[in-house]
Amino acid sequence: MTSAATTADAIPRKGKVGSLARQNRWALRGSYAALSVFVVVFLVPPFYMIMTSLKSSAEISAQKGNPWIAHDPTLENFVYLATNAQFQRYFFNSVWVTALVVILSMTIAILAAFSLSRMGFKGSQVISTGVFLTYLVPPSLLFIPLFQIVGNLGLINNTWVLVLLFPTLAVPFCTWIMIGYFSSIPRELDEAALIDGASYPQILLKIFIPVALPGIVAATIFAFTVGWGAFLYPLAYLYSADQAVLTVGIVRELIRGDVFAWGTIMAACVMAAAPPIIIYTFLMDYYVAGLTAGATKG
Amino acid sequence: MAQVTLRRVFKKYDEVPAVRGVDLDIADKEFIVLVGPSGCGKSTTLRMIAGLEEITDGDIAIGGNIVNDVPPKDRDIAMVFQNYALYPHMNVYENMSFGLKLKKTPKQEIDQRVRQAAQILDITELLERKPKQLSGGQRQRVAMGRAIVRNPKVFLFDEPLSNLDAKLRVQMRTEIKKVHQKVRTTTVYVTHDQVEAMTLADRVVVMNAGLIEQVGTPNDLYHSPATKFVAGFIGSPAMNFIPCQLDQAAGALRVRLGDKLAFPVPEDRTARYQPYVGKPNLVLGLRPEHIMETRPHVEPNQHDFDQLIDVVEPMGMETLVYFTLQGIEVCGRVNPNAGAVALQPMKLRADLSNMHLIDDNTGKVL
Repeated sequence: MTSAATTADAIPRKGKVGSLARQNRWALRGSYAALSVFVVVFLVPPFYMIMTSLKSSAEISAQKGNPWIAHDPTLENFVYLATNAQFQRYFFNSVWVTALVVILSMTIAILAAFSLSRMGFKGSQVISTGVFLTYLVPPSLLFIPLFQIVGNLGLINNTWVLVLLFPTLAVPFCTWIMIGYFSSIPRELDEAALIDGASYPQILLKIFIPVALPGIVAATIFAFTVGWGAFLYPLAYLYSADQAVLTVGIVRELIRGDVFAWGTIMAACVMAAAPPIIIYTFLMDYYVAGLTAGATKG
Repeated sequence: MAQVTLRRVFKKYDEVPAVRGVDLDIADKEFIVLVGPSGCGKSTTLRMIAGLEEITDGDIAIGGNIVNDVPPKDRDIAMVFQNYALYPHMNVYENMSFGLKLKKTPKQEIDQRVRQAAQILDITELLERKPKQLSGGQRQRVAMGRAIVRNPKVFLFDEPLSNLDAKLRVQMRTEIKKVHQKVRTTTVYVTHDQVEAMTLADRVVVMNAGLIEQVGTPNDLYHSPATKFVAGFIGSPAMNFIPCQLDQAAGALRVRLGDKLAFPVPEDRTARYQPYVGKPNLVLGLRPEHIMETRPHVEPNQHDFDQLIDVVEPMGMETLVYFTLQGIEVCGRVNPNAGAVALQPMKLRADLSNMHLIDDNTGKVL
């Protein structure tokens, strides 16, 4: 000990070249710089969207002053949409389709993931991989054959077609996320519950779902995004105005030939973007909570 | 009454045998420890008793009833896992009462049993906490509490102390012993730590390669091991195994260790060892405490010899000396004041009254 300390003292200190603290500082500066670029690139479009939604048509077409600021902010675009029966219809369609898609997809995904990750039956490994592979098929390739199927089922131009089709896009990925999450739950936890007298459904409901809540939130967000933000499928399968959902409705209703009602379009976009943003913010708290801490040692 | 009986129990994983015919009778209220190196089948045996692994062949009975096809929840057992396996989203009270709630036990009784178990384990003030707010030792107590409240026929422990630091492990070992003295439930405890096995068990079951090597009280195993494996596994530092021959000189039977060294066999053993004179592959088993420094008065069966010491390890209350005999490193325990110095010769004394003669072909102690 003594000799080591003496040697350390004897080494001349040439500043803190290569020290951990300094490296950390540079890493921090670098990441802030990179993140700033990222933030600008991703936040400018929504910022412009919000600004435009607060402008009157006159201000938008005036082309005077700074286009990045609403000089005479008004809510007239929002009031117009909120009182417009057609827009209300789109919004309502989007809400119930998305709600059903989330419930359906998550129910299937949780049950599938639980059986695939825990029951260890023959071929479960192959099926797990298969589930993920189906996710790799691009939806834009699927919609042509699906059109045939949907047509034969007589569901063309019926909003229910989305409740049937969106889970086929959401379930594989949600199942994959849930398999990963369930697999990270130590096996001793279900064995303890098994000895405590729980049945498999009870283990799922009372142990797995509460413990895997962060994973369920992540998968739910994904399923929600699939249902809420999809454009291609509703565009292809639904043509009448009363069946359309928000994404397609905005384009159909507010772009008439070559006339773009920019203020209203942007206001509609803000209103369409609001629910996901609110839901993300609310659920992120759960997501970050890290509920699994303390299950086992560590 | 909860005896546990295993009859010719086999377990194979895809043709790989993990347990190869285990026969074991565990008496009511007995504390049995299964011990052995990793992969010896001790955990698999425990999990088969719990019902978490199906048995490939044989019978397991708890309380006289064969439970081969009975699911874990109906076996009336409780298990404590190495990583505690506490439900992370429930507080301590909920963790302990989960099993009782599933059985639809009346609320008042649940409360009474949880509080009683909490009192035994001294965790009453932790009942409202979540597992992540507890230390390792506290989590271990809660895991035991969860087992106690169920008031099962059998407690099963799967290496419960392996995740704790050395000091806490000793403390919790005593706790487990105290709890067993209070609740007197039949207990099967798995560990790879022979000190834990010796200190806790009424009887120790030493397992190796899927088979039971020996069953006995801690003292039996220590003083009369049946095989070389048990002799080497129980005790720390481990027993010395020195290749030897038996020869006869002037009518006396001797254990010969190389050309220069030979000790007379204790008289009470000459008849037993006589048939092995001149046989090859014999090994002398001698525990380190039976190789000591020389002393003024000579007791029967003790013999002095001179030896060059290789390494000296002072331990405080004793000093370990290492030297080479027959190409084997041999350990002895000497008094710290005996003046053992590395690379210096020393007069040592071997006490052969506790010697073991082992047939190295069969691994049996003769």
